[in-house]
Formats: sequence, C-alpha cells, structure tokens
Amino acid sequence: MTAATELRAEQDRGRKAAQNREKWASVRTYVSAAVILFWCLAPAYWMVVTAFRDVGYTYDTSLLPTHITLDNFRTAFDTSFGNRFGQALLNSVFIGVTVTVISLVLGVFAAYALARLNFRFKYFVLGFILGASMFPGVALITPLFQLFTNIGWIGTYQALIIPNISFVLPLTVYTMTSFFREMPWELEEAARVDGCTQGQAFRRVIMPLAAPAIFTTAILAFISSWNEFLIASQLSNDATQPVTVAIANFAGAQPQQIPYTAIMAAGTIVTIPLVILVLVFQRKIVAGLTAGAVK
Amino acid sequence: MATELGPTPVKEPASGGTPIHHGPKGVGEDNAIASQGKWASWLLAPTIVALAIVIVYPIISAIVMSFQKDAGLDPVTGLFTEGGPAGFSNYTNWLFQQCAAPGGGTVACPPGTLGSQFWSATGTTFYFTIVTVTLETILGFWMAIIMARTFRGRSLVRAAVLVPWAIPTAVTAQLWLFIFAFEGIGNKLFNTTILWTGSEIPARWAVIIADTWKTTPFMALLILAGLQMIPAEVYEAAKVDGASAWQRFRMITLPLVKPALMVAILFRTLDALRMFDLPYILTEGSNNTTTLSILVVNQIRQGFNSAAALSTITFIIIFMVAFIFVRFLGANVVEQQTGAGKGKK
Repeated sequence: MTAATELRAEQDRGRKAAQNREKWASVRTYVSAAVILFWCLAPAYWMVVTAFRDVGYTYDTSLLPTHITLDNFRTAFDTSFGNRFGQALLNSVFIGVTVTVISLVLGVFAAYALARLNFRFKYFVLGFILGASMFPGVALITPLFQLFTNIGWIGTYQALIIPNISFVLPLTVYTMTSFFREMPWELEEAARVDGCTQGQAFRRVIMPLAAPAIFTTAILAFISSWNEFLIASQLSNDATQPVTVAIANFAGAQPQQIPYTAIMAAGTIVTIPLVILVLVFQRKIVAGLTAGAVK
Repeated sequence: MATELGPTPVKEPASGGTPIHHGPKGVGEDNAIASQGKWASWLLAPTIVALAIVIVYPIISAIVMSFQKDAGLDPVTGLFTEGGPAGFSNYTNWLFQQCAAPGGGTVACPPGTLGSQFWSATGTTFYFTIVTVTLETILGFWMAIIMARTFRGRSLVRAAVLVPWAIPTAVTAQLWLFIFAFEGIGNKLFNTTILWTGSEIPARWAVIIADTWKTTPFMALLILAGLQMIPAEVYEAAKVDGASAWQRFRMITLPLVKPALMVAILFRTLDALRMFDLPYILTEGSNNTTTLSILVVNQIRQGFNSAAALSTITFIIIFMVAFIFVRFLGANVVEQQTGAGKGKK
C-alpha cells in the first residue's frame, strides 16, 4: 500500500466518524426537542382534553379524547352555583383593555424620551422604572385595601385598574424603549430632508414603522393584566371579579367535589385566545419578552 | 444583551437621533442636552406622576401605617383597644413571633396563629425561590441550547415553549391541581398513589413542578437571546484549536451568556420571592406552603397596620436580594436595558 492510499483510507475513516458523530448529535437534538415539546404541551393538552370530556368521566385517564361533549362549556357559564364566569370574562376584558390603553398612552411618550433623547438622570429614570416593574404587589395590597375601604372603592373597577397600572406601565415603557431604540430613525431625518415637517415625518414614516412594536407591547401589557390575581382576589367582588379570580373560586354542585371538567373548560376559554395571539405574533412577542424581560 | 435581540437587528444602535453624539464633544452639546432634557422631562412626566401615585404613595402610606397600632377588639379581653403610635412593635412582633398578651405586653404567639408563621413563611419562600430558580435555570439553559441549534421543527419548539407562558397562573394552578388529584393523571402515569396536597413534601413539590412548568419557557427564551448574541466564528475557532464540547461550553458559552443569564436569574428570583397565586390556589397555603405574600394577604383582614409592617418587611427582603444580585453578582440590569454594553457610553 502506498502512502497515498493509506492517507486516503485514513481520511475516509475520519470522515465516516465525523458523519456518525453528526448523525448522533442530530438524533440527540430531535429527542431533546421531543422532550421539550412534550413537557410544554402535555399539561395544556390535558386541560383541553378534560374540557371536552363528560363530567362523569372526569378521572378517565385515557390519553386520547373520549366521551366528548360541550356540556362543560355550558356549565362554565352556568350561574346557578354562584359562578359568574361570563361576567368575569367581560370584567377581565374591560380591565385589561383600560389598563393597556392607559399604559400605552402614558408609556409611549416616556419610551420615546428614553430611547431618543439624551438627558441627565436617564439611568436613574430607567432604574426607577425597572425597579417599579419588579415591585412586589403584596407591598401595595395593604395600603390600597385600607385606602379603598375608607373611600368605598372595594369591588369597583377603578380599584382593580389602578393597581394594575403599577406593573403594566413600567413593563410597557421598557418594552417600547427597547423596540424604539432599534428603529431606523435615520428615515425620519431623510424624510425631513425630502421636505416633510417633523410632524409629517413622524406620522408618515415613524408611526407605520412603530405600529408593530406598539401592537406587540399592547399584547404583552394585556396579557400581564389578564393574568393578575393577587390584587384582584382581595379588591374585587362578585360583580367585578376578573376571570383569574372566578376560575380560582369556581364552585360546583357539591362543595366537596371540585368541578374539574368545567374549570378546565373555563381555563381553555381564557387561554386559547391568548395562545393563538401569541403564536401568530410569536417572533415579535419573543423579541418583546426578551427585551422587556418580564413574565 | 437581551435588548439587542430585535426582530430586525440594526447594525448600529440607534444613536438617539443626535448627530452631535458621534462627533467630539462640541460647544453645542451642553445646550443640546439641556434642551433635550426639557423635552424629556415633559415626555416622562405623565409616567413618573402615574407611578408616583400607584407605587410611591402606597409604599409611604404602608410605612406610616406600620408604625401605628391596630385598633379593634382585643381577642383575649374583648375590650376595644385604641390605635396610636406603635413604634417598632409591629415589626418586632413579627420578627420575634410575639402576640399581644391579655395584661398588656407580649407573649409568644400560639402555634397556628398568623403571628407564629413569620419564620416558617420566610423559610418556605426562600425554599421555593432557591429550588424553582435552580431548576428553571438548568432546564431553561438546556432548552435554550436545543432551540439555538438548527433543525427541522425548530420553530415549532420555539412556539410550543410560549404555551405554558401564555396560560394565566390561576389556570395553571387549577390545571396542576387536577393533574395532581389523587385519581388524576399524575399518579396514573407514574403509577404512584401520592396524596399530593396532603403533606408537606408532595405539596411543596406540586407547587415547584407547576411553577417550573409555567416559567421555564421565559428563562429559556432569555438565555436563548443571550446565546444568539455569540458569533458562530468563536465556536469555529475553538473547534479548530481542538476544544472539546465541554470546554467550548465552559470557556465560551458560559462567560459570554453570563450577562443575559444573570438578568434572567435576577428577574426570576424577584418574581419567585413574591410567589402567591400558585400556592394560594394549589395548596391554599397548607402543609408549609404559605409564602410571605400569602401571610400578608391573610393578615390584612386581621389588622391593616400589622399587615403593613409585614409587607414592608417582605419588600425589604426582596429589595436586599435584588441589591445583592446587582452589587455582588454583577447582574447589571440597567446596562442590559440601555445597551450601554455596546460600547457607546
């Protein structure tokens, strides 16, 4: 055997080993991906399966959908056991939309200033806003409970909207700040060179570009308000409670028996719209999440 | 560098629209900053005022309340006790687990009362925080590494991790309560007969598992954002130099992802320290799953001022943990947020 053929054989062996390694690496990747998919989706899948399962088969553990029915969704909206899920849905939408609109209107100006302007105390302001978003809700609940008791606001919508602003507004500001920072502001200059006024440049060039960022921020803001539980569980009443409280307190016909199928139906109703929204705007949401870095 | 992970990465960080910013410091700069400062204060004013009303005012009022005695019927003597200045007694009562004694003065709180639960609630809160954040960091890192690879179906995985995140915590709690029901799927799948909410260790782990499920995706996405900042050439170079996979992970991935990782851990830690929804709904705080937040909420209806003292203590604990993170562990949140690390200071 000549040295050349020996070398070639050596190279072949090396290539084969490398190919094998690659194959195994890719198998491992797929197995890991399958495990992640299972871990993330299986519990959610179980919620949906249970939501469609006849209440008599609540503890049926067959993994595929069985005894399919829509009754649980009717039960979820049934008010005869004192549940007010339909009303709670409307409350959550109302509270969420109000909080989101207020936070966006206030926050968009602050985010513009933080992203575009140079001024003293910028780091201080950013730190303050970040700190505010990490602020424990439990530190607000006691003084607000006393204040709202004194002025008769317990159970009113404003008593639920105002505390929500305390964590939605900071989240809005810094999510939008990081979106704004990445926008091509040179285009504004360019538009002005081409004869636009500052107002026109903002309306015609910047607004269309900023719209997706603002929309994504709105989704994140709405979700965090929609998920709020602590403050709502203490400051709302039967008429104003949001869905999180309604689901947590969901009562069945017998006090001893938790009506799981109806609860899972209610859970599915409050979750599915969010999941669809999140999946449709996935890329933007992830960008906003990692920029803002909030649950 | 989480902030840089935009949908459309821009080559250069937006300059703030100030041409002078790039040039050497000129005479006009101070003026420009002054005029921008004026603009900025007008733009920021609404947000700052709103936050002052919804956050600063309640904190101050909580602190004022915490130095007042709770007025109300004395549970022992049945006499009405007046409020009035309390000094630090609300605080010391919590810290030393003292309750009001019939003849004035204090005695150790009897077991079962809220006053006797401060240290156990603190312990529970830290237990949950340390265990969940550790689990979430390890799992999140692993998920992020997988999601950073290129393979078919990657976008499916990236979409799937958003599902637990999008489900409200109250729903998550009910879902896991059902999974952990005695006849539920959890026991069935693992062929166990555990009464999950019936005793301390299973109850705590039910909360931990539910929390890990819900929040690992957030961690994974933050770490993924950090991983994507690392240029592929660095890995190629290390490979050429003969670094093993483990060496590449330890010498390249870890140090370069550390800033993003620290911020993710900080956020998750602060979030876990105020954990409320999951244990409140899942275990109702029984079997040593009462966190500090639950204790505050339970105390509110038994006395505002005492609850205010407890919530202030909770706030101070969380603040101290945040301070330790930022000061000693190098979690530079503001710099992450402002992208000052991009060399444009």
